[in-house]
Amino acid sequence: MKYDILIAGVGGQGVVLASRMLALAAMKAGFCVSTAETIGMSQREGSVSSHIRIGDEISGSLIPAGQADLLIGLEPAETVRNLPFLKKGGKIIVNSHSIPPASKPPGSPEYDPAALLSFLKAHAPGLLCLDFTQLAEDAGTYRAANVAMLGAAAGTGMLPFSKEIILAVLKTEIPEKHRAVNRTAFEGAVEKIKLISGHLNGEQKVNSNV
Amino acid sequence: MTEKKLLMGNEAIALGAIEAGVQVVTGYPGTPSTEALETVARYADRCGIYAEWSSNEKVALETAVGAAYSGAKALVTMKQVGLNVASDPLMSLTYIGVKGALVLLVADDPGPHSSQTEQDTRAFGHFANIPVLDPATPQEAYELTKLAFELSHEFEVPVILRTTTRVSHSCGDVEVAAPGPAAVEASCEGFTKDRRWTIFPRLTAERHPWLENVQVQLSERFSGLPYNSVSGSGKIGIIASGVSALYVKEAVKGFEELFTIFRIGTVHPFPEKAALSFLKGIEKLIVVEELDPYLEEQALQLIGKAHLPVDIYGKKNGFFPVSGEYNVDVVIDCINKVLSDLGENSRLSHASPAIFRGELPPLPVRAPTLCAGCMHRTVFYAFKQAAKQLKKDTQVETIFSGDIGCYTLGNAYPLNMVDTCLCMGAGVSIAGGLFRTNPEVKQVAFIGDSTFFHSGIPAVINAVYNGADITLAVLDNRTTAMTGHQPHPGIGVTALGNHSKAIDIASVVRSCGVEFVKTVETGSLEGCVEVAKEAMEFKGPSAVVFKGKCVGITKSGTRFEIDSESCTGCGFCVKQLGCPAIFLPAGEDRPLIQDSCSGCGLCAQVCPSGAIRESWVKK
Repeated sequence: MKYDILIAGVGGQGVVLASRMLALAAMKAGFCVSTAETIGMSQREGSVSSHIRIGDEISGSLIPAGQADLLIGLEPAETVRNLPFLKKGGKIIVNSHSIPPASKPPGSPEYDPAALLSFLKAHAPGLLCLDFTQLAEDAGTYRAANVAMLGAAAGTGMLPFSKEIILAVLKTEIPEKHRAVNRTAFEGAVEKIKLISGHLNGEQKVNSNV
Repeated sequence: MTEKKLLMGNEAIALGAIEAGVQVVTGYPGTPSTEALETVARYADRCGIYAEWSSNEKVALETAVGAAYSGAKALVTMKQVGLNVASDPLMSLTYIGVKGALVLLVADDPGPHSSQTEQDTRAFGHFANIPVLDPATPQEAYELTKLAFELSHEFEVPVILRTTTRVSHSCGDVEVAAPGPAAVEASCEGFTKDRRWTIFPRLTAERHPWLENVQVQLSERFSGLPYNSVSGSGKIGIIASGVSALYVKEAVKGFEELFTIFRIGTVHPFPEKAALSFLKGIEKLIVVEELDPYLEEQALQLIGKAHLPVDIYGKKNGFFPVSGEYNVDVVIDCINKVLSDLGENSRLSHASPAIFRGELPPLPVRAPTLCAGCMHRTVFYAFKQAAKQLKKDTQVETIFSGDIGCYTLGNAYPLNMVDTCLCMGAGVSIAGGLFRTNPEVKQVAFIGDSTFFHSGIPAVINAVYNGADITLAVLDNRTTAMTGHQPHPGIGVTALGNHSKAIDIASVVRSCGVEFVKTVETGSLEGCVEVAKEAMEFKGPSAVVFKGKCVGITKSGTRFEIDSESCTGCGFCVKQLGCPAIFLPAGEDRPLIQDSCSGCGLCAQVCPSGAIRESWVKK
């Protein structure tokens, strides 16, 4: 079994925490895991991504192009930027909440999030697109969008382990004072995607017995 | 009883060191090495270990040397450019050797992601006659750390544990010997006076043959270690170390029968015996390694020495990139080039992506930038204004020298306030050199608080001693911010959280003989501009210490908002500051302030129509 997940976003969105939670959950489920994170200069509002490789044996921590089974995009442009890592027919969960770049140096392209979201929809049929930042804000803080997206991934059966395993990790990894709001965001996302058309279930389920 | 834990490579190294009985750990923060010392510091109290953030890497190494001379096991941590700073003591230390043990964690950064060089510490080990171990995963990092301590103790030499970003900053499931770090039981016999500790030309001459002999012994030992292993029996040989070995394994999946792979974990001294028996079985050799062609040169030498009929495919004949970070796809492409050259029909294949990189629509450029509310932005903007006024009043231009830290990001559009940046502490001395050659131009040098203590002080002394007319701007945000907020000598707290004497930067500068020294808080832009201008107009070396907060570690109580009634849509705030909290929605002419605002109020101070106001107290 091999399952590669790429989480993409902007520095400060909690990509590293989300990646750590998935890695811990994978270990709890009995798999080997390796992750590669962006730490350092790019954390200052730059593009960041985290590669999470889950499977029966250890590989290099970087996912090769076209091999990610799931792309979790915390921001539309960063999701598109990492699309070449997704395999043909891979799954995408994208946060529609955009973060415009801090400055637009002369000559850099205009940021049109709506156009990029349509591009994603055209190239990834069945992608799950929601305003997870709003969902997290409704739960108590916009900062929990990362955990809300994990809720969506677990809720649609896109992960090779159960949502209970992630909830157990949430308990140990998130400091007590932020735990309740993160749990609410997680459960909120699980509930929300149940309301979205049923086609997400079933066919997108990961067969963890592979 | 072993236990599996999810560990970052750097954490695994820390646990390996603790298990090996490390007693003294020193270092200077540097991405991607920082978390190793931080992890040791977390367990220091429980395990009875002394750990410190030293003022720079040279000091860190020398401190660890003192401990190792006394029979203690010591670890020093730094990034690859830190090794350049520490190279003076290290080059001499190799002749002297150590008692106890001394291991250096040196983290390389192919890419580079967060560094000013793409240097290769394996080559440094070769240059300095220091053994180098090169792990590929957090698990190997943990094991090789323990091996490094054993080797250092047995051979009485310093040992380098060299990692790369993808090892230090990769997390993986690591099987550790104990569920939690236990108290270190090792004892330290203390320093014994002996002529061996005092380097002298005669002593060096005596020790040099010993040092060379140790290399031979180590090469012999390495040939028998399981970290250097051969797999497969194909006719094409591949040699690789570090993460590159894992890329190879994945790249050749499905074509294993074509290759024999020699994976090296102890890269220097080169395990010649093991390499020779591997080379004797093949006719073609592919070398896969990031950064320098270190293994390639070793293999070339050995093939020449043993007169083996083996052709090598690597960096030196253009089959592999000489720079940048590798990955599975790079390795596939390069091996395919070799297969094609060899007339082989097989080709390794890439996976099919949802979309190819070339098919992506234009994407916004998202360069790293100073945080919303960062005090550095206020200082850069203040000097920009002061320099404008100076030019208006006296026609004098200004050159701004930068330094290493978050504030290197002052180079970004729209601030454009860093004209030079070279290495830690260089800004001040470069400004001095620019003054000699551009005497009509005002020289300003920015330096951060931690960098000031690291290597800025000798440059200040030089400016005063030799009369360089420069203005020093110390950006004092009271932390080593870029590497994740470590304390430094100006804070009054040590790595272990103990209180210490806080060294006052303004007093240091004054005691170096700088006559104009002022300290100013960064809350008021006007105040900053005024002091900046005064310092720039002063004849002779001048210095201003700008004191503010790092938004990464302080909570702000307020945030600002733009009153859409009074906003004229001039866009001044967006175009001038480059604050990530202010943005202009597509198709709109009035900017908005986002949640990431931390309430510094700089935008409100520059808004020509007074449309930006403090809005509400943050939750």
